[in-house]
Amino acid sequence: MKTLKINGREVTFSNEKNLLEVIRKAGIELPTFCYHSELSIYGACRMCLVEEKKKGLIAACAIPPREGMEIKTHTLKLQKQRKMTLELLLAEHERDCTACDKNGNCRLQELARNLGIEKVRFEKKDKKLPVDNSSCAILRDPNKCILCGDCVRMCEEVQGIGVIGFAYRGSNTVVTPAFNKRIREVDCVDCGQCAAVCPTGAIVVKSNIDKVWEAIYDDEKVVVAQLAPAVRVAFGEAFGLKAGTSTENLIIAALKTMGVDKVFDTCFAADLTVMEESKEFTQRFGKGERLPQFTSCCPAWVRFVELNYPSLIDNLSSCRSPQQMFGSFVKNYYARQLGLSREKVFVVSIMPCTAKKAEAAREEFITSGDPDVNAVITTQELIKMVKEAGIVFEDLKEEPFDMPFGFATGSGFIFGATGGVAEAVTRNLAEEVQKFKDVRGLDGIKEARLRKDNREIKVTVVHGLKNARDLLEKIKAGEVDYDLVEVMACPGGCVGGAGQPLPNNLIKRSQRARGLYDNDNRMQLVRARENPMVKLLYEKWLSTPCSEQSHRYLHTSYRPKRRIEGSDIRFSSEKGQMDIKVCIGTSCYLNGSYDIFKAVDKKIKENNLEDRVNLEATFCLENCNGSPCVEVNGKIVDKASKEKICRMIDELA
Amino acid sequence: MAAKQDFKRSFQRVNEIIEAHGRNPVELISILQEVQEEYRYLPEEILNYIATAMRISPSKVFGVATFYENFSLEPKGKYVVKVCDGTACHVRKSTALLNALKKKLELKEGQETTQDLMFTLETVSCFGACGLAPVMVINDEVYGKVTPEKAEKIIDEIIKEEGGRGNDQDH
Repeated sequence: MKTLKINGREVTFSNEKNLLEVIRKAGIELPTFCYHSELSIYGACRMCLVEEKKKGLIAACAIPPREGMEIKTHTLKLQKQRKMTLELLLAEHERDCTACDKNGNCRLQELARNLGIEKVRFEKKDKKLPVDNSSCAILRDPNKCILCGDCVRMCEEVQGIGVIGFAYRGSNTVVTPAFNKRIREVDCVDCGQCAAVCPTGAIVVKSNIDKVWEAIYDDEKVVVAQLAPAVRVAFGEAFGLKAGTSTENLIIAALKTMGVDKVFDTCFAADLTVMEESKEFTQRFGKGERLPQFTSCCPAWVRFVELNYPSLIDNLSSCRSPQQMFGSFVKNYYARQLGLSREKVFVVSIMPCTAKKAEAAREEFITSGDPDVNAVITTQELIKMVKEAGIVFEDLKEEPFDMPFGFATGSGFIFGATGGVAEAVTRNLAEEVQKFKDVRGLDGIKEARLRKDNREIKVTVVHGLKNARDLLEKIKAGEVDYDLVEVMACPGGCVGGAGQPLPNNLIKRSQRARGLYDNDNRMQLVRARENPMVKLLYEKWLSTPCSEQSHRYLHTSYRPKRRIEGSDIRFSSEKGQMDIKVCIGTSCYLNGSYDIFKAVDKKIKENNLEDRVNLEATFCLENCNGSPCVEVNGKIVDKASKEKICRMIDELA
Repeated sequence: MAAKQDFKRSFQRVNEIIEAHGRNPVELISILQEVQEEYRYLPEEILNYIATAMRISPSKVFGVATFYENFSLEPKGKYVVKVCDGTACHVRKSTALLNALKKKLELKEGQETTQDLMFTLETVSCFGACGLAPVMVINDEVYGKVTPEKAEKIIDEIIKEEGGRGNDQDH
């Protein structure tokens, strides 16, 4: 054990990665904006400055602890320094606190209070940057950004995407998507983790609260709510309960008090998903088709595949997520039971997730203008609604879920934690009652095996899209071999979703997950196929898993999506008789589209066809399965070759 | 449509440049420099293409391209006119020179490049040639002790050489 001195007291340390961790372990809280234990060290906010006897002022996050150091964390000089830094940050910040979504939950506000800032001596900036409200999931207000870069590093390091980055320089520096585009125009997957780490109101979860109030106060509408598993184990945090405490019966009471008509359990829909997904897996595994099968419950993951791995789209399970299955059976079946048309039933989902907002807006899930799920609110928004409605949490009396969609087996609960979906499906496939604890916990990649009919099923689980990307690269390279792959975009799975109460750190996530497994342990029935209510739904409406009926209502399809909106590269401006667009998006590029481009360009020049043929390079024709693709006069040519395209030009000439 | 035809000439070059640097993201700055030399600026779709080909995120390429003063995301003219506005040139009336050039090139407030993509007018802080103040540099040619009249004459000569305004024969 090595030792150093903090404020004159001896402290031992071993392998802490920086001084900051040692100081925090010693029970002293240093303020930080740009430091997150899960992200790389940036050292930009200068709030964690400490005084070292020999070195003077140093940033505690960026220095490893060393034997014999003598540290002071709070001196007059340091306090002045920190206050000054904070004041400068506040000078850049739009201090519109009362009308800010983060009011009362803002790290900047909190530190200004803790450090005793009474006056900001600098004037506000008069330049106002546009607010980006293009995304269904998040709202970006660059005027509130303090450039800590947490969002940039989260998106790149944990999610492996890099949608946003720093641009420009000095006082003009901003965090923005490429080319100042809006979030909806780039390859954002709506996971919202940027909002979960943003210390200010610069990136927040987009609110749908108003839509829900409108529906509640509309006498014509029957409001049906579904409650996701991860919400119940996090909701109580806002009211002083420990993370992981199950509060579903209090949430139901609160929703009923607000005026919601029916409250059902998304865990029921999760059981239904397991029925469909395990049947689909059995079919595919039997035929050896489209393996490994990827889970499709996480909409951020689904969009990630559509944008980045078009060649693996067929590996996604065709099952809709529990949220969308719920929306579908409520609108297409339950509404009829109530004697109502689907438009009269308003489905609201209460989710830990921001990507669910985007999922509900997917065109596949909208029937003649009416979405299966009308509004999605997050745990954070539910907490706000409870407060807005004047409900006193402590006085709530527990209420049960409504039937028939209010009962779930243990499998349904664990959906909210990483590994849950894979375990639920595997449980359902196994002959005996069996739990698969190897896929639980916060390790980046986990594995389990199941023997069935003398064959081994290899299951793997990843969370965080960077881990998913690494896995997909290995799968593509043939380095690994799995049959069932579960991916959740958020670290820890849905319990770590961006809509959960803040702080949303590793400790909270594992406590919430534990809460879900406790629920599972309390249940007699732990396999989806034992759920009597699910059986009933099959008897009355769906017939059997993966039947024609269930394919129609519970399954969906996916398609490649363009990663960035933008113009094509044109090579001629004359209007010719033939338009040729060669796709140079990633997928086509890797399949040699540039060679086609070169050949076509050469052909045009050699035959002096510049006036007759318009050549363009385009970024994605959203037809990546056929890559390399070329569009000729509006028609896409799959698996194009230079010979084929040149022949088409010859035919013209 | 001079700018569009430019692409025809240089898109092949973009690929050659990326290949020559072995698609190494560490060499992004050099790649952008060479591409800018080819296009005279960094068009959005080309930056996007570079990101695709090098498998890095477009936001990162955009970040680098906007960080450095030398990179331009707007098209630049064939002739880049740089007027020095450092202390020595400033006291020797570089402002009058700049105003004269703006008028001569018919540039509106905030506009740097002429409509026909022939000229771009910029100011710089110092060329280190203060003995020649006020200094003007057009592409690589340095002009010392420039008066507004002299500057207008230089511009006229270039226009003449190019066969007149609005008739962009080079492209």
